[in-house]
Amino acid sequence: MNDLTLNRREFLQTSGALVVQATGIFAVGDAAAQAAAGAAPAVPVIVGPHPSALDTWIRIAADGAVTVNSGKMDCGQGLDLAYAQIVADELDVALDSVTVTLGNTRLSPNQGGGSGSTGLRMGAKPLRNAAAEARRVLVESAAAKLGTAADALAVENGRVFVKADPSKSVTYADLIGGKNFETSLKWNNIVGNPMDAAGQAKPKDPSQYKIVGQGFKRRDIADKVSAKEYYTAHIRPANLLHARALRPQVAGAQPLSVDAASIASIKGAKHFVKGGFVAVVAETEWEAIRAARALKVTWSDVPGSLGGGEEKTFDYIRAATPTASNAIPMFGGKKDYDAKPTLEALAASKRVIEAEYECAFQSHARIAPSCGVVDVKDGKVEVWADTQKPHFLRDGIAKFLGIPAANVQVKWMHGAGSYGRSDADEAPYEAALLSQAFGRPVRMQWSREEGTAWDPKAPAGVITMKAGLDDANNITGWYFKAKGFNGWDVRFTGESPEHTLVGMQTGHKKWNAYNYNTPEETYQFPKHVHWWETVPPYLQEASPMRTAHMRAPQEMQTRFGQESFIDEVAHATGVDPLAFRLKHLKEPREIEVVKAAAEKLGWQPRSGSEMASRASTQRDKTAKVLTGRGMALHSGYQSYAAVAVEVEVNRDTGRIWVKKVGIGHDCGLMVNPIGVQAALEGQIMQGISRSLYEEVHFNDKRVTSVDWNTYRIANMDDMPGSIELALINRVDKPIGGAGEPAIVCFPAAIANAVFDATGIRMRRYPLTPARVKKLLA
Amino acid sequence: MPEYTINLDGARRTVKAQTDEPLLYALIDGLKLKGPRFGCGVAQCGTCTVLIDGAPVRSCVTPVSSLGNKAIRTLDGLEKNGKPHPVQAAFADEQAAQCGYCSNGWIMHSVALLEKNPRASEAQIRQGLAGVQCRCGTHIAILRAVKKAGVTMTAAASGEAAVAEVQSAATAV
Repeated sequence: MNDLTLNRREFLQTSGALVVQATGIFAVGDAAAQAAAGAAPAVPVIVGPHPSALDTWIRIAADGAVTVNSGKMDCGQGLDLAYAQIVADELDVALDSVTVTLGNTRLSPNQGGGSGSTGLRMGAKPLRNAAAEARRVLVESAAAKLGTAADALAVENGRVFVKADPSKSVTYADLIGGKNFETSLKWNNIVGNPMDAAGQAKPKDPSQYKIVGQGFKRRDIADKVSAKEYYTAHIRPANLLHARALRPQVAGAQPLSVDAASIASIKGAKHFVKGGFVAVVAETEWEAIRAARALKVTWSDVPGSLGGGEEKTFDYIRAATPTASNAIPMFGGKKDYDAKPTLEALAASKRVIEAEYECAFQSHARIAPSCGVVDVKDGKVEVWADTQKPHFLRDGIAKFLGIPAANVQVKWMHGAGSYGRSDADEAPYEAALLSQAFGRPVRMQWSREEGTAWDPKAPAGVITMKAGLDDANNITGWYFKAKGFNGWDVRFTGESPEHTLVGMQTGHKKWNAYNYNTPEETYQFPKHVHWWETVPPYLQEASPMRTAHMRAPQEMQTRFGQESFIDEVAHATGVDPLAFRLKHLKEPREIEVVKAAAEKLGWQPRSGSEMASRASTQRDKTAKVLTGRGMALHSGYQSYAAVAVEVEVNRDTGRIWVKKVGIGHDCGLMVNPIGVQAALEGQIMQGISRSLYEEVHFNDKRVTSVDWNTYRIANMDDMPGSIELALINRVDKPIGGAGEPAIVCFPAAIANAVFDATGIRMRRYPLTPARVKKLLA
Repeated sequence: MPEYTINLDGARRTVKAQTDEPLLYALIDGLKLKGPRFGCGVAQCGTCTVLIDGAPVRSCVTPVSSLGNKAIRTLDGLEKNGKPHPVQAAFADEQAAQCGYCSNGWIMHSVALLEKNPRASEAQIRQGLAGVQCRCGTHIAILRAVKKAGVTMTAAASGEAAVAEVQSAATAV
């Protein structure tokens, strides 16, 4: 029933699905699909609406309006609209008649939330199946009513009519309006991203789609730009207490004592201490801020624990004894690797090329830091949060407070940006603890400093690359090793308190699970080996440098190494980097996006001698602004992206301007091209930002990136002069993710272009102006 | 707690606030506005921007007690007779938001800029928006939207004759 090939991020989300209570047999699952997914044989018990009920997914009101409930959420890419398109096509109703609710645990089962660009490629499956089944049920019901066979009927705009006599008709509203379908679906017994359910109906063939594939504009933007939309920050129930937290100035310090008198002058302000967590509450937001500033806390005197600070990050990584290693990217279990055949091939080679690449810690640094509003009342809990994974947050807060998950409801709200396991789950946990303690609804708002210094970070890493060459410049061996901070100090969901700062501060010990990443593009190099190793965290518990998934987790780091080195080897062998890629790639879809990106940029091939002379003449110090081009490729999320850029490098300022961008993008069947374009434009700017500016500054004691001056991001001046997108639509292929593949390419594409411009190889990102200036001096 | 009467979106509104309380908290906490939003609290991102006597101001660091009767305009008050301001309409039309949380800052700065000079060049627009931050990377769509709003506002201000000229200027950059 399902097309389940799980070897990436969705896998663990499946097997790790929280089983809340003893199981009862609910439906006969698809054993083969379960086995393929590696799920436990037991049927998970569902808290809240059940995936095997058609009424969970879809409802039709008395006026014919269709409501669809999804357990996913939207990161600002119009997922609700894309779902509406899919459902409208399947049901044969007007797009405008379909409303989609997202991430409300009261209404939807746990589909994994926002996760690994799975919104459409996985999250749409049960919705499409449910819509198809709803149509089948309604057409059969119409057949009985109209006294004809079901196959004599057609549907348009929610009206079922006799094909031979369209005057004989009945509407969906007449047939079901406001009532339940009371129809069962067969559920695949998986909680999380791959959750699927289907009835007897077979969904339409993509060739029949009328609405899917057309460009539509998002519906939420008009409300967002006219102050009508509610973000989490706007939720202010009656009798609300405002909260702010206090963090130690030295990471790892514990509160020894709190001087309650220090906030006595602020009427109604109170402090709260549990373990290492210190907070204040007050009647207004400003008074909470004042109380947080005024509260005197004596912290334990601890030595600096952050590995000597950012200057020593890469030495620390190189020297550390690995905590874990593996040969496959993230999920799918353990795979052994053997570097020996590669090393032997390198030893026997005519020439060996080696390089190491360094990737800095980065922060999600959402435009507004974490905010959560929680009301714990009479053993029931209401949570408003812009978490990416509302159901997992429900389960985690239930565990944290000791309240059954069935009594906890999380309503996903629009939030201030969403790029992975950010700080979004943190404030809701803290608000929950405080609401339980004070018996009133609590709104916890993190400060800018907390949002940048204390959010879970993208892990720094060192990528080591080696290639052997024979007499004829053929590759004889390919060595890839990623060694970095663990990507999973805290999990990508808030399903349990140890995955949050306040959880750790109140005694929930950090788990021990590890991952980094390796490339999966189809370069067919002989004697190749790929593996990753992780290194111990600086500080085990409650660290400001704890790591978690950040958009395209560890893919940007690993592809910076792989795709920069592809460029290096191409240059070393005198082959144009475009031709080099095309020679070694096997997957036709990778080849097509690489060609498309090059074409969109206007890539002019260079000969070996041209490349060699460029690399030397461009070092000429008389030129103030140098121009060059580079590219990179990434496959993932069932999608393919290649990014080619032309850059200008200013020798005096060190500034890199990404002047032109060409992208080849293949995400299978495209549901909404306007949405894909917007997703790519966002990835261009955030990709430039992460490539050129973003690095977490820290010393041995604390994170010193605390605002937008100390954690710089791209701005209007970084906008490219021209952008050309090749959006490849493949109606015959499954829907792929469009939110992550392209952004992965930027650091390598830019660094490769800088080499083409200057002859200087930049092997660390971000390529900050100061670093560029220094290398060009 | 002291009470202040402020001149907000053309109406006199009374709000309780501490003397050192920034306008932002009085607006979002006291008066439940949804336009100005907390982003940084240190005047670096622009998400809390309001217009005071026509100029963009960071409400997160501007005390309520300092305002007197100065005219405060917010995103919440931009619509007129149920119709969005041309800048809002252009942002919706050009889909110039990802998460949309920061859009308040971009829109209020653009309103200040274009109401003074709807024919602002791309360079002037970029300069006018230089201090606003967007984390999702929506700058490309935002610039398109602001240019489009300039065209609309120019047309409204000076009639159809000016439109062609501005359009050609907008497409030339």
